[in-house]
Amino acid sequence: MSWIDIGRIDDVPLRGARLVKTRLGCIAIFRTAEAELFAASNACPHKGGPLSEGIVHGQSVTCPLHNWVFDLNTGEAQGADEGRITTYPVRLEAGRILLDARAVTERSAA
Amino acid sequence: MKQKLVVIGAGMASGRVLEHLTETAPDAFDITLFNAEPRGNYNRIMLSPVLSGEKTYEDIVTHDGDWYAQRGIACRFGEHVVKIDREMKVVEGENGHVPYDKLLIATGSAPFIIPVPGKDLPGVITYRDLDDTNAMIDAAAKGGNAVVIGGGLLGLEAAAGLAERGMTVTVVHLMGHLMERQLDEAAGYLLRKDLERRGITVRTQASTKAILGEGRAEAVLLESGETLPADLVVMAVGIRPETRLATDAGLDVARGIEVNAQMQSSDPDVLAVGECAEFDGHLFGLVAPLYDQAKVVANTLLGQPDAFVVKELATKLKVTGCDLFSAGDFAKGEGREDIVFRDPARGVYKRLVIEDDRLIGAVMYGDTADGSWFFGLIKDGTDIDEMRDTLIFGPAYQGGDTADPLSAVAALPPEAEICGCNGVCKSTIVEAIAAGATDLTAVRASTKASASCGTCTGLVEQVLQVTLGDEFQMPAAQPICGCTDLTHEDVRRLIKAQELKSQAAVWQELGWKTPNGCHVCRPAINYYLLADWPLEYQDDPQSRFVNERKHANIQKDGTFSVVPRMWGGITNPAELRAIADAAEKYDVPTVKVTGGQRIDLLGVKGEDLPAIWADLNKAGLVSGHAYSKGLRTVKTCVGTDHCRFGTQDSAGLGIKLEQILWGSWTPHKLKLAVSGCPRNCAEATCKDIGVVCVDSGYQIGIAGAAGMDVKETELLCQVPTEDEAIEVVMAVTQAYREGGKYLDRLYKWLAKVGMDWVRANVVDDLENRRALVARFELSQSIYRKDPWAEHVRDKAPSYAPIADFTLEAAE
Repeated sequence: MSWIDIGRIDDVPLRGARLVKTRLGCIAIFRTAEAELFAASNACPHKGGPLSEGIVHGQSVTCPLHNWVFDLNTGEAQGADEGRITTYPVRLEAGRILLDARAVTERSAA
Repeated sequence: MKQKLVVIGAGMASGRVLEHLTETAPDAFDITLFNAEPRGNYNRIMLSPVLSGEKTYEDIVTHDGDWYAQRGIACRFGEHVVKIDREMKVVEGENGHVPYDKLLIATGSAPFIIPVPGKDLPGVITYRDLDDTNAMIDAAAKGGNAVVIGGGLLGLEAAAGLAERGMTVTVVHLMGHLMERQLDEAAGYLLRKDLERRGITVRTQASTKAILGEGRAEAVLLESGETLPADLVVMAVGIRPETRLATDAGLDVARGIEVNAQMQSSDPDVLAVGECAEFDGHLFGLVAPLYDQAKVVANTLLGQPDAFVVKELATKLKVTGCDLFSAGDFAKGEGREDIVFRDPARGVYKRLVIEDDRLIGAVMYGDTADGSWFFGLIKDGTDIDEMRDTLIFGPAYQGGDTADPLSAVAALPPEAEICGCNGVCKSTIVEAIAAGATDLTAVRASTKASASCGTCTGLVEQVLQVTLGDEFQMPAAQPICGCTDLTHEDVRRLIKAQELKSQAAVWQELGWKTPNGCHVCRPAINYYLLADWPLEYQDDPQSRFVNERKHANIQKDGTFSVVPRMWGGITNPAELRAIADAAEKYDVPTVKVTGGQRIDLLGVKGEDLPAIWADLNKAGLVSGHAYSKGLRTVKTCVGTDHCRFGTQDSAGLGIKLEQILWGSWTPHKLKLAVSGCPRNCAEATCKDIGVVCVDSGYQIGIAGAAGMDVKETELLCQVPTEDEAIEVVMAVTQAYREGGKYLDRLYKWLAKVGMDWVRANVVDDLENRRALVARFELSQSIYRKDPWAEHVRDKAPSYAPIADFTLEAAE
């Protein structure tokens, strides 16, 4: 497993998200607490809503289009909605965000 | 051999005695029950809902003929008792004698009739039993005027019921304020206002001189000489114990039949219970002590030791919509201190009276949810010194993490009384739940908790929820979201009262169940904080829906729409050229004219937003806030500048209003319009705030809508000058900002506070109007600015991806 440095955690707002563009689609980096990060597919399985634009709360994000809520640990939709977003390993090291390289290069295999 | 028990009177107290007796010792007595009313026992305190039509007699029957028959009780209903012969131990009824070993007198009370001329006229009735209630219902069916003499509990319940049934009702009360025995002046005032709002006229310090009429009641003459027309006169000035039989039998009678703590009269074989009994100088009219007495009577009859003790009493009024509670002693006095909470907008008043660090009295009006908790503190004489600061907010705010009202219920000890009427404590309910009573009806059936006056229903439900957890579905009370049990109104009140100035403070102090809220509560709390503390609180973009965070409207494909502001709908060639250039430069697929008189550029990519804004800014265009719960547009017609019908400069006023109001956040979107004449080309009468110009000035209407609901505005006022129109619009906007529930449009807020309140505070009270304007201006000193320019300057990089691997060659 190799890690790619994608930027500083300070560039992601607390309880917010930023986007990583890849040739295989967009990944959202969520900052749920001072030093807590999650990475997941940016597209809501419902209607493709951009999850990086959603409200981040606890360890969840709410899709801005129709309020589907996803647990960022598992990627599972919460409540009555059924669906899942792919999650990716992400690490914090000395203030830098490290994303699993496979998220960028081998998405379909992941 | 079985003993013979004779009971005189089938009321709530004797009904409870018979329940105890037949449950614990079904074979101990041969029982005969006399009742002057031709029926069994019913829940007398529910006569008010019967009168108002909310319940029927069938709903309030507690013991019918079958009930007695099943228990072998011989019933002599509709038969008066003539005499008690204590020497022979015989009760003499109209239809024959019945011997007794033990006798229970439960004759209750009779209404007090004030000795004025005309008191015996037909059409003058008292309010005591079902027959009185039915007589009132019949009288009300004919409509007309009713005068209720007496502004105490019973009188007001009668008045409300008669008003509900369509009569024009006047309450005549001797004292200075209503329910003076239970309420202080302020609560009495709120009660009076509530009653007057339902069309009931209240005359205090009014003494009745006579009831006038030829052959039947026609009017009430007051000492002042005034006459009040009256087709029906209800006397509800008080009751006196019904002691005639006891007096004739030579028992000791003071005001009531004197009893000892075992409820025995001066003849140990004769007991008395209920309103006819007097113990230690006290008479009893409320149901809770009567039920205590009933238990003691049953034990005494069965030879079990027991003793009746006098407890503190609490009162509630059973008039739908008038929520009041009083307990203990609330007179002013040396060494007594008050804690008072008022919320005039909601009509809430709470007052606690404290002496020597103990709560000794509580009066509440409008919000009585915590009544039983305060009552507990009074009864137990709890030292309240430590919780004094937050005492008035009730049990939910005592201690660090118990903002949850359920945890307050969870924390109640097993012996805490939940149902005051029936003396049911928490452990009894919990046991019943464990035995399978898993909903309110079942708990009621098995414990009687909340089965009498019903005001503790919410508490019983909370005990159910605490005990059953998720298995119990709580019906009422809408909390903001799953993160809290508090309602929007609660949270808004507490943010102000506890001076909570950050979201973290709200989550912590109000015991949020989630670490940092959710997409439902966060935007609401963010709004409340910035509206209440404009200088101290910093708006949190991460608690905003994407549109307000990115100052553009997200579309279904994830692109955005960009709407620059056109002040009052007026534009010019330079602005139009800049918009056209931007549309071309950023490949905007759709350009649309909006209903708010401006131009919408749809389909802009998120990462292009700062650039297109910068271009538009250069031409002087700023954000139109087409995305915000805040001021949207002020739509106008051209007015006197061009129109041959225009009466005022409507476009000019619209521009001024938009320049004053723009950037302000409100509970929901806020749309305005100004029409230059009543032809109303700007459609001002379906806006949140709409101004229609007329020759003599400006008509300001509020609370219109043309969305999910379509509503015409209601006229707030007409003012002569443009300056005053602006001032009123600012003040009403601020009042809505301060009082509105998040996501309530202005019309929903108005429905809660009422036009009278708005008019009083915004139009009539000039000082208050200016204060509202000043607070609005203070807030606008922060928010009246272009968020686009700010984001272009400070936040542009955040609109781009943090990393982009599409540009790099694959590894």
